[in-house]
Amino acid sequence: MTQDLDSRAVAFFVRRHRLRPVELVPWVLAVGAFFVFPDYLALGAQVLATILFGLSVDLVLGYAGIVTLGHAAFFGMGAYTAGYLAAHGMGAPVLGLIAAMAMAALVGCLSGLVILRAQGLSILMLTLVVCVMLQEAANKLTSITGGADGLQGMEVSPVLGLFHFDLYGKTAYCYALVVLFFGWAVARTLVHSPFGRSLTGIRENVARMHAIGTPVFFRLVTIYTISAAMAGAAGALIAETTQLVALNALSIDLSGLILVMVIFGGVGRLYGAFVGVPLYMIAQDRFSEIDPTYWYFWIGLLLVLVVMFARGGILGLCAALIRRFEQRRRR
Amino acid sequence: MTEPALETKSLCKNFGALAVAHNIEFSLAAGARHALIGPNGAGKTSFVNLVTGALEPSSGQIFLAGHDVTHLSQAHRVKRGLARTFQINQLFRGLTVLENVTLAISERHGVAGDFLRAAGRRRSIIEEAYALLERLGIGEEALRPVRELAYGRQRLVEIAVALGLDPKVLLLDEPAAGVPSGEAGTIIDVIERLGSEIAVLIIEHDMYLVFRLARRITVLVQGAILVEGPPQDIAADPRVREVYLGERVRR
Amino acid sequence: MDTAFSAAISIAFHGTAFAMVLYLVSVGLSVTMGLMGFVNLAHGVFAVAGGYFMTTLMMQGGVSFYAAVPLAMIAVAALAVPLERFLYRPLYGADELDQVLMTMGLVFMSVAIGKYFWGPTAEPFYPPAALSGQFDFGTRSFPAYRSFLIGAGAVLVTLLWLGLERTRFGAQIRAAVDNRRMAQSVGINTSGLFMLAFALGSALAALGGALGAEILAIDPGYALEHLVYFLIVVAVGGLGTIRGPFVAAMLLGISDTAFKYLLPEFGAFFIYALTMAVLLWKPRGLFGHA
Repeated sequence: MTQDLDSRAVAFFVRRHRLRPVELVPWVLAVGAFFVFPDYLALGAQVLATILFGLSVDLVLGYAGIVTLGHAAFFGMGAYTAGYLAAHGMGAPVLGLIAAMAMAALVGCLSGLVILRAQGLSILMLTLVVCVMLQEAANKLTSITGGADGLQGMEVSPVLGLFHFDLYGKTAYCYALVVLFFGWAVARTLVHSPFGRSLTGIRENVARMHAIGTPVFFRLVTIYTISAAMAGAAGALIAETTQLVALNALSIDLSGLILVMVIFGGVGRLYGAFVGVPLYMIAQDRFSEIDPTYWYFWIGLLLVLVVMFARGGILGLCAALIRRFEQRRRR
Repeated sequence: MTEPALETKSLCKNFGALAVAHNIEFSLAAGARHALIGPNGAGKTSFVNLVTGALEPSSGQIFLAGHDVTHLSQAHRVKRGLARTFQINQLFRGLTVLENVTLAISERHGVAGDFLRAAGRRRSIIEEAYALLERLGIGEEALRPVRELAYGRQRLVEIAVALGLDPKVLLLDEPAAGVPSGEAGTIIDVIERLGSEIAVLIIEHDMYLVFRLARRITVLVQGAILVEGPPQDIAADPRVREVYLGERVRR
Repeated sequence: MDTAFSAAISIAFHGTAFAMVLYLVSVGLSVTMGLMGFVNLAHGVFAVAGGYFMTTLMMQGGVSFYAAVPLAMIAVAALAVPLERFLYRPLYGADELDQVLMTMGLVFMSVAIGKYFWGPTAEPFYPPAALSGQFDFGTRSFPAYRSFLIGAGAVLVTLLWLGLERTRFGAQIRAAVDNRRMAQSVGINTSGLFMLAFALGSALAALGGALGAEILAIDPGYALEHLVYFLIVVAVGGLGTIRGPFVAAMLLGISDTAFKYLLPEFGAFFIYALTMAVLLWKPRGLFGHA
């Protein structure tokens, strides 16, 4: 009996990090979409990059419990870094991507060191303030950023010197998909690691984490930096595939929007962004086609209804339904 | 005689005009079973928070096994073998009992910062956690989320998490608080069976529990030590009766 | 020297007027966030609704300014009560992220509703004749409406403080902010209290929105555009207090006016830097509970 429960205990932990078949669904859908919707690949690439951005938000929000209204700071930092390089004769996308991640990580680490001791409303405001200050700075530094006109003259070269960006967005889509896949692999490894579990502990009860000897602040700065790098990669992807960077990449509107999308999908489940970002973008696309002037109303109503009937977003709803189904079957 | 496991020297803490700790000279011998008692608001929990580093002292020093830890972070004090439980449960309520303990054990083994290898692959840690739960009699509930457990069982998890740190000094802040009297016996049993390599300081209101477990008692009143001695002396001390039992009667 | 002095006077004057608007709109947010722990990003909706009701009553209904403002407050309070009952109350104690999502949904809806009924442009606002033009104060003259705004704001702030210090309702609110469970156990009806506090906070926001229509223009994007300023007032002032947001609003109103006047090319950069400095120094705000 004891032996049995012991091995069950281990099995429970092992099962959790083993890849389940359902986790492959997003990738099957993404590859399928490439062939089924050849006309929408340019848009598709943006959706994929936004999912990566959402994933970076989920890491800090859903796992470490840092409510951020300023993640566009890192997204925009990445976008401007890649854009600046491409506008100055260094248009190799992968180089831009790496540089973007490094710069975003730097900003994430420095700002994290300053703000991550705060909690509650204060930390939300501090993330927001960092973001708007960066945007104001970008607005002012016109010689580097192009100011309100946006960055001019980006020339992005072929990916790895082989794949030209085409009009249909095929290359953009594949490039974004590969980067997203890497980002997902990193995030997935991270959340199942002891480090990731300790972040969950910090979210659940920070006082206890201090009491078991966790260097809480250090852990938070670490995940904030990693997440910033990932957001920077997403920014670089958008910049390189659209060949455009403007001040809205650093806006709190974007910060708020990505937050809404991730909560809409469901936080702390790793796949919230994979569900929330496409559904939100599709809903927005549909609503704005049906009712171009007042689509805001319908998307707002959708959000209110989701909260009323599905706490924890779409994935929260799915989990609740599955639980109910299993209970019924057991009976 | 070896060095005390825990020692404070003229420890003071003021919040504005209010002194929650006033010149506390306290010593916890290795392997001790020591109780800290005192009326409500005497500063018992503040003392625990000062010792663990959750509060910074206004002045004075704190030593763990002879090392000055006054300026060390909470995390570093834990690394030196200091563990605590909380008066009100501070657990990871959404996580399973097993994982609550696993987090502590991973932290002690220094692998909690590892972000490559999955937590589930560290079999030895999971087995250690499970063995600990078995020892405390909550192995059956290892896979249930903490919030589903009865409060008395949660108090045991609270102790299990602290024991997962393999402490040399264990501070138990009212371990049986809020537990129905029928279940308090299980908690007392667990504390009684702790090995002599652990020095235990119990902060408690329940006199039955104190006299059953402690071989030495310190009485704290208004942030200062009133008297210290073996249980029979404390029970006989008129000042203690006045401060402590007087309060009881008024209630 | 004289020009510097008159600039300082002018900054203090316009900054104070702006601060009054910020305070009236934000004080309710501070109380509801402190009292109910509710992250209400939709608070600006009540302010803009107050502005819309007022201008509509004045333009279409021919109601005078002095009657339109209280009517708008009552209308918004009446609107707030069912919203609190059916949308906010189910989320008390829920995950703050669900609160964020729901209130963002409300903000989005308010943007569309504003556009649908009142069009995409800002509502024109004409102060009554008695408050148009300039008031003469001996050697100096000031815009009449803003002088009125400062005076009215000062009176309201005083009333609000007295109300919360001296009345039973105020005592109950203060008790519930300090310790909700204790307040419940001594028999305070917290659910009724929350509803009243919410309605009152919303009515004050409506008042701020209506009176401030000349400073913060009433347009569909209002609740979203000015959200950051309202949040700054609440965070810097400290949750659950009514004095904190006043000090924060004065700080924000005057320094914002000053920086925009003296260093317009830096936009709001210094305001944000100041906010950051305060929050790092006092994470719970200037008057927040420890």
